[in-house]
Amino acid sequence: MSLTNYLVLAAVLFTIGAVGVLVRRNAIVVFMCIELMLNSVNLTLVTFARATGTLDGQVIAFFVMVVAAAEVVVGLAIIMSIYRTRRSASVDDANLLKY
Amino acid sequence: MGPIQAPSLSLAALAPLLLVFGAAAIGVLVEAFAPRAVRHPVQVALALVGTVGAFLATLLLAVDGTEEVTAAGALAVDGAGLFLQATIAGLGALSVLLFAERGLDPARSSFVAAAAVPAGSPRDRELLTSERVQTEVYPLAVFAVGGMMLFVTANDLLVMFIALEVLSLPLYLISGLARRRRLLSQEAAVKYFLLGAFASAFFLYGLALVYGATGTIRLSGIRESVTTEGTGTLLVLGLGLLVVGLLFKASVAPFHTWTPDVYQGAPTPVTAFMAACTKVAAFGAILRLLYVAFGTADWTWRPIVYGIAIVSMLVGAVLGLTQTDVKRMLAYSSIAHAGFLLTGVIGLGGGTGSGLAATLFYLLAYGLTTLGAFAVVTLVRDGDGEATHLSQWAGLATRSPLTAGIMAFLLLALAGIPLTSGFTGKFAVFRAAIEVGAWPLAVIALVASAVAAFFYLRLIVLMYFSDPAVDGATVGVPGLPTTIVLAVTVAATLVLGVVPGSVLDLADRAATLVG
Repeated sequence: MSLTNYLVLAAVLFTIGAVGVLVRRNAIVVFMCIELMLNSVNLTLVTFARATGTLDGQVIAFFVMVVAAAEVVVGLAIIMSIYRTRRSASVDDANLLKY
Repeated sequence: MGPIQAPSLSLAALAPLLLVFGAAAIGVLVEAFAPRAVRHPVQVALALVGTVGAFLATLLLAVDGTEEVTAAGALAVDGAGLFLQATIAGLGALSVLLFAERGLDPARSSFVAAAAVPAGSPRDRELLTSERVQTEVYPLAVFAVGGMMLFVTANDLLVMFIALEVLSLPLYLISGLARRRRLLSQEAAVKYFLLGAFASAFFLYGLALVYGATGTIRLSGIRESVTTEGTGTLLVLGLGLLVVGLLFKASVAPFHTWTPDVYQGAPTPVTAFMAACTKVAAFGAILRLLYVAFGTADWTWRPIVYGIAIVSMLVGAVLGLTQTDVKRMLAYSSIAHAGFLLTGVIGLGGGTGSGLAATLFYLLAYGLTTLGAFAVVTLVRDGDGEATHLSQWAGLATRSPLTAGIMAFLLLALAGIPLTSGFTGKFAVFRAAIEVGAWPLAVIALVASAVAAFFYLRLIVLMYFSDPAVDGATVGVPGLPTTIVLAVTVAATLVLGVVPGSVLDLADRAATLVG
């Protein structure tokens, strides 16, 4: 199978993630969409590593996973703290800051 | 297969980074083992030792004329890198002083006593005036400073991405830790986090595409590939996505939407820290990426940066006019200044222009001035914490001539009036843009400066020529830390405006990027 297919799949996943971030309301779902974007990048990286015959891409994919895990820790802590006060994780309810 | 070769590490060149990260790591241990009563002074001392030590270490390296690529090519410690590192460490130390102020607020600190207690609960009200502080903010802030210093010396895209996350993750957390108005603060943290993670996903996808197009992530390797093989669609697309991720951090319009909300909601010392240090770090990385990796193919990024500079200046200046909150107004001012800084980036001119030195000087001048302005915002208070609504600032000069005078001077510097550092900085970046033939951009920048000057002057007029409101704000008496910050920022703004020669020379000599 040609490597292009993997790249197209990754681009489609990235787009689904980006659209999800823009249209979904729940902070947790928005966050999951961002994780989807990061994972599609991993797929792209591994494909390019194969295509260019270098190992860098695979190594970067590991770094991305570690960073994504750190981001989960920070992100869930912040979403939890706001949920405990408001009893809601909807990004539409967080509307005190405007204009 | 032979034995694995250890990468060459120049410990001297890494000393500033090691000092900062070392202080932050020890800070985490202090948090775990020191009794609560001594934590605050110990953490403040550690944070100051780390940041001031790093500042001195960068100065020593700069005196030595260090210019090397180290850590197996991952870091480029060069003139511009050291200048930016010194700026970040210095501004970081001043921010730590603002964090440490405990005399202003009857609540004893800008930071929450226990972040895990839900906002508005009985326990939270009980803790409002307690001595306790969530002292984790100090190691977190120092980690952010370390990430920023790594960001401006990153010589490959992976290190740049890691540094971006190391500087962002602590900032997301500390912007949600205000003691008063906790809901606003938490909301700011959620917004900053979701949009920041979104932007770093774009940066990462750009990294992957550039890697696919060139087979390398080292900036010098990308430059080589661009020069020999030219630029394809994949590479230009990747560059665009990388730039989006970086411009987001630099709060450049149209990627600025988070800026006013986060600046308003975050505790004011954190806002000051973000406005000053994050801006310096993000522009350092933008300069390095565009100059080292894509300097030989500047037609790929010049039109985009040109357009975005115009949008950012106009959005910042025009929307700034409509603001009624001082912190939001300063946020739009920061967006407009990001546009002016991009004029300096245009002035790079493929490496021959004076844009690099001008941008370095502008970053230093703007960072000091904006830090001072936010320090003044922490002084003006009412019974419920800081009084940030513009109407509450009416007639401030009659209540406290000194505070109003300092604020007026810093606002004039932000507007770019002669004899302040703002004028010198603006003059330098506009001249660099005109030198490379971008005079239409300089003209638009002048118009935007004039529009922006209106909202700075409006606040000055309000402070001096309005009658004080009945329920107006009072001015707190700053403790030693805030006094030091105000003295340093005002003195620097004045000196860089009246006798900028030596610092301009320094920026000029520092303006080299190796890769």
